[in-house]
Amino acid sequence: MPSTINKDLSMLDLSNVDLASVDWNAFPDKQGHFGIYGGRFAPETLMDAIEELEHAYNNLKNDQQFQADFDNDLRHYVGRPSPLYHAQRWSNELDGAQIYLKREDLNHTGAHKINNTIGQALLAKHMGKPRIIAETGAGQHGVATATIAARLGLECVVYMGEVDVARQAPNVYRMKLLGAEVRPVTSGSKTLKDALNEAMRDWVTNVDDTFYCIGTVAGPHPYPEMVRDFQTIIGREAKQQSLKQTGRLPDALVACIGGGSNAIGLFHEFLADLDVDIYGVEAAGHGLETGEHAAPLCKAKPGVLHGNRMYLMADDNGQVIEPHSISAGLDYPGVGPEHCFLKDIGRANYVAVTDDEAMQAFHSLTRIEGIIPALESSHALAYAMKLAPTMNSDQQIIVNLSGRGDKDINTIAAREGIKL
Amino acid sequence: MSRVTQCFADLRSKGKKALIPYITAGDSNPSITVPLMHAMVEAGADLIELGIPFSDPMADGPTIQLACERSLKHQTSLNDVLVMAHEFRQKDQTTPIIFMGYLNPVEAMGYQTFANKAQAAGVDALLTVDLPPEEGSELVEILRKAEIDPIFLLSPTTTDERIKKISDSGNGFLYYVSLKGVTGSTTLNITEVADRVERIKSIASMPVGVGFGIKDATSAKAVSAVSDGVIVGSAIVKIIENNLDDADTISSEITALLTSMRQAMDA
Repeated sequence: MPSTINKDLSMLDLSNVDLASVDWNAFPDKQGHFGIYGGRFAPETLMDAIEELEHAYNNLKNDQQFQADFDNDLRHYVGRPSPLYHAQRWSNELDGAQIYLKREDLNHTGAHKINNTIGQALLAKHMGKPRIIAETGAGQHGVATATIAARLGLECVVYMGEVDVARQAPNVYRMKLLGAEVRPVTSGSKTLKDALNEAMRDWVTNVDDTFYCIGTVAGPHPYPEMVRDFQTIIGREAKQQSLKQTGRLPDALVACIGGGSNAIGLFHEFLADLDVDIYGVEAAGHGLETGEHAAPLCKAKPGVLHGNRMYLMADDNGQVIEPHSISAGLDYPGVGPEHCFLKDIGRANYVAVTDDEAMQAFHSLTRIEGIIPALESSHALAYAMKLAPTMNSDQQIIVNLSGRGDKDINTIAAREGIKL
Repeated sequence: MSRVTQCFADLRSKGKKALIPYITAGDSNPSITVPLMHAMVEAGADLIELGIPFSDPMADGPTIQLACERSLKHQTSLNDVLVMAHEFRQKDQTTPIIFMGYLNPVEAMGYQTFANKAQAAGVDALLTVDLPPEEGSELVEILRKAEIDPIFLLSPTTTDERIKKISDSGNGFLYYVSLKGVTGSTTLNITEVADRVERIKSIASMPVGVGFGIKDATSAKAVSAVSDGVIVGSAIVKIIENNLDDADTISSEITALLTSMRQAMDA
């Protein structure tokens, strides 16, 4: 197979591809396709702005000064590298593989989201755009965007579904403290997907002076590629740390998947290491069989929304279904196109855990390791709890601890009937 | 010659411009859609744009978003919209019907199935807002084989190179979005529109319809003077929004609006 698999791959049955022959850096192709996924399904009113962004990003991604600025911020502002922590007590408790946690929760603002917003905000600054907009669900990406906007002196507007504004009041206040304007979205189901619609509408209207900072590896090309590139620092560090601390690569990687940015950030560097098993963990919500979940890779078919083709939760008529998860950050009906491609080609496994399983993992890690994980990351932990006991004690799993759980304590207390 | 091309040719020979109203199918109730289509033709519409409701209409403003929500409350599906088109065709064999919507419902049905059903129902054209020509070659080919015109958008920021590419992919007419913004936006600069339409016509040999920001007889007259036709969307949908369950008032007010536009455009 040629090193650059082109879009003809869309015609092939990906399940028969020899994985050893795939050049994982050849994706996406120039049009933004990962097999049949990705692409640029955007209204004409946005095309010029998207092409301008693509052009700017292509110029800067290999620019030494830009990369130096980015690395400098990641080091001194975010606090990278984040540790790879051996959760020894928890591993012993699970009685199986050794679990290492990639501590993205220790980043400034408490999650992996900041890696991406710094990259995009630096790009916005280079492009001379004084105004930056973002969508947010749980508020983590909104806070990360407001944070870097404050530091770079950019005007910042964050769209957030009215339902989420009510659920995530502390993050709303954080964004306001940082100088951002939070605009509640009242259309549709008033959650993350509607916030994304509204941010797109803003961008269409204010395309001259506005940069749209998307929070995940989805959207029209080049967003899935660009956001991935900004997040791959996670996997590059983890690989080095694993080699240095344990002398070898891990046997498995586990990360939660909403849009999929923390997961692709961890996975991408390991794609060619075929001995490393990869697990993406979706939110099964009340259970995959109930229909109330946020697990498009496990339960949906390909569709088109928000500028790209991806696995998408939709009814038989193509109307998008509102997902459900206890975790607002996983509450999205689609998933980044690269994950869709990795699923079809068989390089990564996509599984799901329920709200209840995530809650158990949340408590378990908190009590045994003294680390309060985000509800999103708790989904990855819950799967690690299932996987570890099936492996030997000399094997290793890296779990991406993508965020810290302080933001979730109200949700958890309310679920357990506790008044704060 | 397709019904759309024929329609623009006939208008041209009469020295007239196209009046193209938009309604979302199934808004505010599926039962009013077909009678309303006939009423609009009666009031002077030359072509009809029929919106396929979608859960996430990201290029539309609040007026059309709400129309989609009202329609979807009745579970209006793409199949239902095809049935409406078919019913309209029983009494009207000449007025072109343009389906307008987003790609996902068409993908969910399947391109070929859609094309077959649309052809059988008497649908003349399809405009999918989130499908640029770069992603649309497969659908365009299937539509053309079924004698359905693929219609594409042009915007104020579309480059000359893209105008060429888009006009090569489209048939029937080109839909120029006259504003940066979503549907239902307000300000319209006629001189700018005139310049852009002239530019487009120097590159593409197709009629150019202009939409976004046309809300009354004055703006319809001004825009039609510098283009081949006007598309009126939010102003009509707003009448439905203001008279939800009152089918008679909806029909009479839309008729009055279109009549005033027709008179102004023909004067």
